[in-house]
Amino acid sequence: MTTVFGIPIQALLGQLLLGLVNGSFYAVLSLGLAVIFGLLNVINFAHGALYMLGAFAAWMGYAYLGLNYWAMLLLAPLAVGAAGIVIERLLLRHLYRLDHLYGLLLTFGLTLLIEGLMRSFYGVSGQPYSAPEALRGATNLGFMVLPNYRAWVVAASVTVCLATWFVIERTRLGALLRAATENARLVESFGVNVPLMVTLTYGFGVALAGFAGVLAAPVLQISPLMGSNLIIVVFAVVVIGGMGSILGAILTGLGLGVVEGLTKVFWPEASSTVVFIVMAIVLLLRPAGLFGREK
Amino acid sequence: MTLRSLCAAATAAGLAATAPALHAQGISDDVIRIGFITDMSSVYSDLDGPAGVQAIRMAIADAGGEIAGKKIELLFADHQNKADIASARAREWFDQQRLDMLVGGTNSGTSLAMAAVAAEKKRPFIAIGAGASDLTNAQCSPYTVHYAYDTVALARGTGSAVVKDGGKSWFFLTADYAFGHALERDTANVVKQAGGEVKGQVRAPLGASDFSSFLLQAQSSGAQILGLANAGGDTINSVKAANEFGVTPAMKIAGLLVFINDVHSLGLQATQGMYLTDGWYWDQSDAARAWAAKFETAVGRKPSMVQAADYSAAAFYLNAVKATGTDDADTVMKWMKSNRIDDFFTSGGYVREDGRMVHDMYLMQVKTPAESKGPWDYYKVVATLPGEEVYTKLSESTCKLVKK
Repeated sequence: MTTVFGIPIQALLGQLLLGLVNGSFYAVLSLGLAVIFGLLNVINFAHGALYMLGAFAAWMGYAYLGLNYWAMLLLAPLAVGAAGIVIERLLLRHLYRLDHLYGLLLTFGLTLLIEGLMRSFYGVSGQPYSAPEALRGATNLGFMVLPNYRAWVVAASVTVCLATWFVIERTRLGALLRAATENARLVESFGVNVPLMVTLTYGFGVALAGFAGVLAAPVLQISPLMGSNLIIVVFAVVVIGGMGSILGAILTGLGLGVVEGLTKVFWPEASSTVVFIVMAIVLLLRPAGLFGREK
Repeated sequence: MTLRSLCAAATAAGLAATAPALHAQGISDDVIRIGFITDMSSVYSDLDGPAGVQAIRMAIADAGGEIAGKKIELLFADHQNKADIASARAREWFDQQRLDMLVGGTNSGTSLAMAAVAAEKKRPFIAIGAGASDLTNAQCSPYTVHYAYDTVALARGTGSAVVKDGGKSWFFLTADYAFGHALERDTANVVKQAGGEVKGQVRAPLGASDFSSFLLQAQSSGAQILGLANAGGDTINSVKAANEFGVTPAMKIAGLLVFINDVHSLGLQATQGMYLTDGWYWDQSDAARAWAAKFETAVGRKPSMVQAADYSAAAFYLNAVKATGTDDADTVMKWMKSNRIDDFFTSGGYVREDGRMVHDMYLMQVKTPAESKGPWDYYKVVATLPGEEVYTKLSESTCKLVKK
């Protein structure tokens, strides 16, 4: 059998694919962060908590209302997005005039609050959630057995990411959004309701977090702490991709998933650190990130 | 002070230990004060936490709320898994609240810190939720009792019993920090001694977001048994991924630190067939079932081994106070080390000179969904592991109190 550095090539292919699966989660989460940062200039630390709420919403929909996975895949992001709109209207709105740090502090505080509340209601062991009937089972790809659900995660994430990219970079709506971040007053003078647009953008960004939460629900344990475990890595992904760069967030998310997957084979102990090593190197060589623009 | 020296005199005369005092001459400041410091809000709070407080309250209520007219009081606090918070709180209680006995909850780091404070203040300390066997070895103290389980018993219990049951070849998935390494090393030694073979191991970072990659490595090792030398959320996510990627049931999982709350939150579909060692199971006897039913009425779920031990230890301490008529630490410690424990938690358990409470442990296998009759009906007892065999033997002990 062909081997690379003592690892059979088939095992390596399997690990690459797994890296891609994890990268999909990174991509959707960091995309939400990038959209919010790019258009609102807010460092949304509450992203992890909202991702957790998305997963919990999926579980609650099933446990209390009997709604299945597919219904919740649509409803949970809407619910999380609505929560985001409330947050933006009531709290974040008042901080735009101030330094980025205030937004970061506010959203960090919100994270502690949301996680604390969920912990006191639901404990920390987490809730079980099964994959939908249609996606159970696994497919033998020859070099590995891939659970169908994981394949679905990749497909769904990539579709959502590309659609988001297309809307922001290639449509009139996206053009207005981008213009509003450059010069809000000018865009308003064309009769565009910029504050509403900002609110909806924040709602959409956190809805992406909710969507990732539902995708993760059958794979990971749904626990109040699931968001804080992931959010630091996701921030690193955004920084590597270049703050605010849409395409950067998507490609870096997928790419780092793969890098991390390979590290798990060759040096498992370092697999949780490798993302930060990459971040340090990128910041040294390209301070604005791989896809970021120098300002 | 005079009361305490009176007690000491009475003990010396052998009065207190032999005859129950007719009038309580030795309850300091007229209150028996028990303290309980555990994780109330974070990763370990489900298996102990507020429900553990409830268990100790039940023990106090069952003792009548008072002994010889002296009230029993309970103080409790959250240590947030920080050793400095735990020891500061213990110190404050001993000094200012005149605490008579301290119960230590989950997290070994905090329990080791509290044991040191209790030894300095010369007050009984009963460690329950903590696993580190150091509590009764290198860091043993005349005032520490380690009550429910320890890492040695878990490693020996699961390691040797699974090999005996036919699981000869092992692969370890280990949490990459001191606790995981120790658990892997102890279990691997037991497996090899029992005639088994270790085919390899992978060390995953603590709190890794996804375990599927490590599981594929385990799968390709061709071992029969996957030993999980991790805990809490890491264990839960490893089991989930093993199930999803079809690693189980071809490979059987041996969880080296798994509590019934973990099984409950994972569900039987994912955990069926898993081996684990536990010190107590609510369905193991009539007495256990009866107590668990009372607990469930109060808390809404079945008790874990740790919560059952919270009750048993508090009741054992209160029995000691009742029998000796005093809450004097040395008198009570002497009584606890010379009387056996017979309750729903253990029959014939006893506290050794190193502080280890020796009692039988059980190798469990998780039932299939078809075998289970309902919520919390999760375990089959595969083997009873006699306490003398699974705990550190006195001859191996590194405790300075053990005379060799």
